[in-house]
Amino acid sequence: MKLAARFLALTVLLFSSQAWAELRVDITQGRVEPMPLAVTEFTGENADAAQIGRQIAQVISADLERSGLFRPIDPKAFIQKQLSMTTLPRFGDWRILNAQALVQGHAVPKGDGQLAIQFRLWDVSAEQQMIGLAYNTVADNWRRVAHIIADAIYQRITGESGYFDTRVVYVAESGPANKRVKRLAIMDQDGANHRFLTDGSDMVLTPRFSPTLQEITYLSYYKNKPRVYLFNIDSGRQAVLGDFPGMTFAPRFSFDGTKVVMSMAQDGNSDIYTMDIATRQTRRLTTHSSIDTSPSYSPDGSQITFNSDRGGSQQIYVMDSNGKNVHRISFGKGNYATPVWSPRGDLIAFTKMTGGKFYIGVMRTDGSGERLLANGYLVESPTWSPNGRVLMFFRETLSRGNKTTKLYSVDLTGYNEREIITPLEASDPAWSPLIP
Amino acid sequence: MRKFLGLVGVVALLAACETAPNDGATATGTGDANATAQKLGPAAGTAQDFVVNVGDRVFFGFDQYSISADARSTLEKQAMWLKKYPSATIVLEGHADERGTREYNLALGERRANAAKEYLVSLGVDGMRVKTISYGKERPVALGHNEAAWAQNRRAVTVVAVGAGS
Repeated sequence: MKLAARFLALTVLLFSSQAWAELRVDITQGRVEPMPLAVTEFTGENADAAQIGRQIAQVISADLERSGLFRPIDPKAFIQKQLSMTTLPRFGDWRILNAQALVQGHAVPKGDGQLAIQFRLWDVSAEQQMIGLAYNTVADNWRRVAHIIADAIYQRITGESGYFDTRVVYVAESGPANKRVKRLAIMDQDGANHRFLTDGSDMVLTPRFSPTLQEITYLSYYKNKPRVYLFNIDSGRQAVLGDFPGMTFAPRFSFDGTKVVMSMAQDGNSDIYTMDIATRQTRRLTTHSSIDTSPSYSPDGSQITFNSDRGGSQQIYVMDSNGKNVHRISFGKGNYATPVWSPRGDLIAFTKMTGGKFYIGVMRTDGSGERLLANGYLVESPTWSPNGRVLMFFRETLSRGNKTTKLYSVDLTGYNEREIITPLEASDPAWSPLIP
Repeated sequence: MRKFLGLVGVVALLAACETAPNDGATATGTGDANATAQKLGPAAGTAQDFVVNVGDRVFFGFDQYSISADARSTLEKQAMWLKKYPSATIVLEGHADERGTREYNLALGERRANAAKEYLVSLGVDGMRVKTISYGKERPVALGHNEAAWAQNRRAVTVVAVGAGS
């Protein structure tokens, strides 16, 4: 992605911090009252830098607001209009607004299109700095720096790593259902930098990121031969993955990126195969006459969860990554599908179908502790934020006989459901890891 | 079997050296300018003939891929037709309704296409003439969101390709 290389330096700003009772949001609880905080416009050394500074503050504020954990205070209410990076804020002015945290920053042009972006996070009641950092970057990379700063704030206050410096690949949909046009599309997690990756001439489904974000694996109907492909984002090159006699589908990378696990259908029967990307060697993992599909590796690569109807109905199973020790984990009412292992390793997200409705839910890897987070006429395709705290999925909604398909996110708590705005209708989201 | 030419086939008839059929239409260009054209059925042995006179699709129950009695009857007619026109090849498309998850439905569509194929092969159709493809829930034919539409969409469709000269 080359973006990481754009960062020349990361400087720690001074204002020594010390141990005290810390400002903290506990995100493991059910519903949290969003923490009021003030994100001030980043100042700039010149007009151009100040313009970027204002936009950076807006992106940080929007990221934190969307998380549901923070409530950015309306800047019109701010009392202290001018802040300096070299003097302490007037904490009393911020306490009056009930701001518990304060974010300030400054952009300094460095020539050659480079920009140094400094920021500080303050604990208002303790009157202490929590973070002070500066990023050197090319100026047109300011949006990414804003997400990185939002991640730093999220991490400092919640104790969990963030998820704002990430992307989403998904399927953009248009046209009537009987000749739907489906295109791969990619965007930042906040919808910015949207672009289409394919032109819609071949139907594409179920894209998923490699851990490096360099590649996407997906299903394409190129030449009416449904097969799993790899798409290289930098080069735009697409190549079929493997030489299988039947349809390959439901691909997903292992967390270390060395393998793609998928289904292959032959003579009507679908089984699970894994392929080593480097050697292209394949290994068959299931040999059952049932449908075996939607495989997903555990983060440590030792196990695979998958969807099978081998017990007579569509349920979720877990097996060792060599195909041994297959056992069913879903035992609730109804059918279960699309298991996806959490990046934290502790949970499996799924789609549940019961009573004519669809649900997105999570359960522990032994099947216990089932919780349902979202529902609809159809909800499907859960995908985890890299910190395992948020799920994205798509929902089909019926209104006066018309169906619309859109992306949504919801917290692991089941609260804070948000629509993800896309230019066209959208399905099959896949959330990237943090951009390396 | 008589050869029927559709109205669209009028031009084709003039161009191709087919034996003129004669159920009604005066489509040979020999003269009677006052004659009125009358719509004919599709020519025997064509893909259109297969769709109209044989039936190109069979239906399945929810999450099922077993061949019903109705489906058997349709597939038996398909097998007879395929024996009559041995140069025709077919693609069996398996489809599912919208009330399932995408990847499972791709697998289910594959099962349905294969179940129809196996029945045709059991009736003596050479398996080499039959390809299968699953579209899962991606290509519904009925656009409603009710049981009637879903029942039409849970299907295996036999798409005929007729080689040159057949």
